Amino acid sequence: MSLMTEPISEKEVAHVAYLARLRLSDEELQLFTKQLGAVLEHAKDVEALQLDGVEPMSHPLPLENVTREDEVDEMLDRKEVLNQAPAVEDGRFQVPQILGEQP
Amino acid sequence: MSSIIPATSLTAQTIAEKVQSGEWTALETLENYLTQIAKSDAEIHAFNTVLEDEARAAARAIDERVALGEDVGPLAGVPVAVKDNLCTKGMRTTASSKILENWNPPYDATVVKRLADAGATLIGKTNMDEFAMGSSTENSAFGPTRNPHDLTCVPGGSSGGSAAAVAAGFSPVAIGSDTGGSIRQPASLCGVVGVKPTYGGVSRYGLLAFASSLDQVGPFANTVRDAAIVHEVIGGYDPKDSTSISEPFPSFLDAIEDGVEGLKIGIISELMGDIDGISSEVIQKTREAATLLSKNGALVEEVSIPASLYCLSAYYLIAPAEASSNLSRYDGVRYGLRVDGETLAEMNINTRTEGFGDEVKRRIMLGTYALSAGYFDAYYGKALKVRRLLAQNFDEVYSKYDALLSPTSPCTAFKLGEKTSDPMTMYVNDVCTIPSNLVGHPAISVPFGSGSDGMPIGVQILAPPMQEALMYRVASTLESAEK
Repeated sequence: MSLMTEPISEKEVAHVAYLARLRLSDEELQLFTKQLGAVLEHAKDVEALQLDGVEPMSHPLPLENVTREDEVDEMLDRKEVLNQAPAVEDGRFQVPQILGEQP
Repeated sequence: MSSIIPATSLTAQTIAEKVQSGEWTALETLENYLTQIAKSDAEIHAFNTVLEDEARAAARAIDERVALGEDVGPLAGVPVAVKDNLCTKGMRTTASSKILENWNPPYDATVVKRLADAGATLIGKTNMDEFAMGSSTENSAFGPTRNPHDLTCVPGGSSGGSAAAVAAGFSPVAIGSDTGGSIRQPASLCGVVGVKPTYGGVSRYGLLAFASSLDQVGPFANTVRDAAIVHEVIGGYDPKDSTSISEPFPSFLDAIEDGVEGLKIGIISELMGDIDGISSEVIQKTREAATLLSKNGALVEEVSIPASLYCLSAYYLIAPAEASSNLSRYDGVRYGLRVDGETLAEMNINTRTEGFGDEVKRRIMLGTYALSAGYFDAYYGKALKVRRLLAQNFDEVYSKYDALLSPTSPCTAFKLGEKTSDPMTMYVNDVCTIPSNLVGHPAISVPFGSGSDGMPIGVQILAPPMQEALMYRVASTLESAEK
């Protein structure tokens, strides 16, 4: 691995962690940068392939939209579902303040 | 070396026959397995949860139905251990993650429901790598599972608990999930049979999603026939899974003893030495399997799947990309762990930072990166094109051959801690199993002798989509020839 071009920088890992809503300590940032770098280094074999004109395949089956009649079926019990929530108020999921928050 | 392997093991087929005929009761059968678990699971840790009371209640109900003369089903009184990423209504389902440590799902996975409907008793939920991410079961938040053949070794993963449960005689059969080899590799390392069905062949409803275009649920068993019996029970169309195949599959059992006379079987040459890191001992065993098949009348030749050289890289871009999206649902709002914060974003970050282990974090970040602007085409996009090439390679080979043969795992079971410091070293364990997931084809690992370390070796049989009947036929031939 060339020391000049690391596959991924600490700055990039920190940004990705933020996007994925994860907080990393300084030691974790260093370790994960090294480990993710090793995986991306391995992936250079794929990056280097000439694949122009090859159709990407995102799924093993030819997917079709699946629909059904709009009929009432067995449903999850509202109380049982809310029972598993960390915080509930008035039959709804409760979360900390959203309005006024920085994006 | 210290091992916990029963001298003999009962088949699910025998248990179901004896329970249905009234010769044995489901309850006494269950008690025998619960005794084994109580005696040895402290050392192996195959289970996150043993469902003693629930299983006893189910067994009693089955015995009552047998007494009334009812046909209970093909798994009458058969205990089944189920991986802890399949939802069980009102019963803890953790995916071996702190983020779901105390979660009791409000519904059953279709697979769980079908097992119960077939007369099985759910004996417990098995340990796994957190969210099925790993190849050794060392990534469990609740501690590793140990290999029953040698307690200093890993059982493989991610369905290591299910594989170990069958090998140790804790359960005659078990259920796992396979995204890149997570059923077949631990089956190989624990000396049991493990199957990844055709994508869409078994419902994913109630399976905690890791990589949705790759995940598939399948059986572990001591015999090929038992695996086929369980597979027939859990498989088939499910309207609750939008990727479920609605066409019926040919019976897996009808032709299982028909042998391999006249079949054309290819050995994947890339997995027989071209790719680094596959042990010569494993390659040698696979060649012996090939010889056995030709002695039984099959034509066996080397074939080439050139794109398999790039599968490991492609998989470790595609699977994390899908995982990063799937695991965004663990946000501390609707279920599972919440770690409080001043704002919603802080709460999300605190919850995920505390709730996920290192391997899950690595894959979420890798996937987020591979999907991000500026890198999408170079990584994820390219990986999807490799996947297409691979599918074309398989189509071409299957136009001339009926089934394929390769190693399952590049090595026998390794020591705990041996591969945990370097993720890439761990990822290489999946190199022989990943191709089937990328293209959605079925594959099975069959025990085939052992290495110089005395640990089991498995060989893999691959078949075209929906051709499980053929796959089981070849596997059954190998199994009987080996015995």
